[in-house]
Amino acid sequence: MAAETPAPADTEPLIQVEKFNYAYGDNQVLFDIDLNMRSEDVTALIGPSGCGKSTLLRSINRINDLVESARVVSGKIKIDGIDLYAPDVDVINLRRNVGMVFQKYNPFPRSIFENAVYGLRVAGVKNRHDLEEAAERSLRAAALWDEVKDRLHEVATGLSGGQQQRLCIARAIALQPRILLMDEPCAALDPIATARIEELIHQLRGQYTFIIVTHNMEQAKRIADRTAFFYKGRLIEEDDTMTIFNKPRDPQTEAYITGRLT
Amino acid sequence: MTPSPSNDNPFAGDNSGIQKRETAARWALRVGSYIVVLITLAIMLHIFTKGAPVAFQSKWPFVNTKFLTELPATLHVIEDQQGNHIETDVNGADAIKKQLGDNFRAEKTISYSGGGILGPIIGTALLVIVSVGVALFLGVACAIYLSEYAKHGKFLEMVRLAILNLAGVPSVVFGLFGLGAFVLTAPKFVSVVAERSVLAIPLGFTTLSFEGWDTCVLSGGFTLAFVILPVIITASEQCLQAVPQGFRETSMALGATRWQTIRYSVLPFATPGILTSSILGIARAAGETAPIMFTAALAFKDKLPWQKDMPPLPVDASIFAHWEQSVSRFLGIFTESVQALPYHIYTLAAKIPQNEYAERAQYGSVFVFLVLVASLAASSVMLRKRLRAKYRW
Repeated sequence: MAAETPAPADTEPLIQVEKFNYAYGDNQVLFDIDLNMRSEDVTALIGPSGCGKSTLLRSINRINDLVESARVVSGKIKIDGIDLYAPDVDVINLRRNVGMVFQKYNPFPRSIFENAVYGLRVAGVKNRHDLEEAAERSLRAAALWDEVKDRLHEVATGLSGGQQQRLCIARAIALQPRILLMDEPCAALDPIATARIEELIHQLRGQYTFIIVTHNMEQAKRIADRTAFFYKGRLIEEDDTMTIFNKPRDPQTEAYITGRLT
Repeated sequence: MTPSPSNDNPFAGDNSGIQKRETAARWALRVGSYIVVLITLAIMLHIFTKGAPVAFQSKWPFVNTKFLTELPATLHVIEDQQGNHIETDVNGADAIKKQLGDNFRAEKTISYSGGGILGPIIGTALLVIVSVGVALFLGVACAIYLSEYAKHGKFLEMVRLAILNLAGVPSVVFGLFGLGAFVLTAPKFVSVVAERSVLAIPLGFTTLSFEGWDTCVLSGGFTLAFVILPVIITASEQCLQAVPQGFRETSMALGATRWQTIRYSVLPFATPGILTSSILGIARAAGETAPIMFTAALAFKDKLPWQKDMPPLPVDASIFAHWEQSVSRFLGIFTESVQALPYHIYTLAAKIPQNEYAERAQYGSVFVFLVLVASLAASSVMLRKRLRAKYRW
């Protein structure tokens, strides 16, 4: 897993999307996406609904394989130069290395502890001590430990929305993935809970490579190193976040960030 | 709105046709509902007033234990010169006649109406156990496959259509199918192949012969399983679909395989609903008459399935020394034919001349039957409530 492979040099991008075309049945939703994401960066994917940003995100851990008609038309997504859609790639191993947090916080209606160690359990970890250690480590990392340490065995759905979403983050990082995908992680949360999640992303910055889909441009400004703007299935512009928001090159990007394009 | 200067209140009703139609529609619907409730109450009241006196009694222990713990028997009714009726069984008849001497006037025998209904109760229980076991296994497997694995398309629609059609097949057709498939041709291991065997495959130590299981609990249970299978598949599939898609995605995103996802994050949350539907399936299986007529049920049997002419196993030896025999005797229960409540009720109603004694046995059986089914339904509701509270999302 993450710790075993040394981080590649900064010049070498961790994730390379090359001429990536993706479709649901006959309906193509991504066109010729070319995008590099560096290790340890926080990259925000922005754009109006239906622009394909979530599809791209969900293609990186191949969770979109679950959608029946979804298919790669052409192109590649590579991590460390390895094509994720090559036939010898095991999606289970891929997903252990690429964690994901969803828009709607959805812990399983089991105990907090069981949620935190779910990924380890299905990976075959049985040792109680290892599981407890991993649970504490990931809950601490998700800044949730102090709030739940006395009720680890209570059902997770009793937590507040923000706590549930942090539990979902803890559950994802329990597997110590290299990459953490977040699909609008704060869309269902109130401003205070949102602030805590953003704070958490700041704390975890550098340990994981974050790719975050967001509709909130202020959030992208606050947390992202790089920002990519998508429109109608195409990547319009990708640059340093400050550049995107202050000096966008493309008029469509400017129109979107100033609220004139929806 | 048109202003009406003659009326001060612009919102006042105007008794137009619209309002009359509204009232008429409401009353028509209300009356329809009342009729349904009335009929239901009438059925319940009828069964209760006629059946409860048979199942209960005014003296301790208030329940008619004889009716619930004895096998059905022929009822002998002896009338004396004064017109008194004495009810007894075949053994008591002679003694009473002798005792009456010249006072004896007439004797009537009424088949099946004496004794109790333990045989049918046990038979129905065994049939339900087998059928629900088989139907749950096949039905849940099928539902999981349809809901979690199968891809949308022509094939899946055909399977669904087939299941729907299965639900519409009249139960007597299942009965005939069961007769042909399970009673006459199902495979079993035998040492001597019967003459009617369709196909016999020698396996060395034994022979797999397609000669059927005869009329027995197994044949009837499998037949009933197919009757309730559509209900269980459809309900189970709905319960699986009701589990949020997010659970599946999250589970897979955490590196679980599809089966692990189903095992840990779909099935546990679908189980309450599946169990509820299966208990309703029990009620259905317990109530069907036609499928068991040719496959499992006898109108009359004077023994329980485990009462056979066999020497009792020696008790002094350790039970493990005889475990093989014990197991085979236990399994032997399922290869016996039995009586069953719905068929018993049918027999009482259709196969013997009607009189007050037969009617009493009928209503007693129906009442017990109804209580059993109602308690099953109630337990399913309670089970669902408890499990729902445990797995809330």
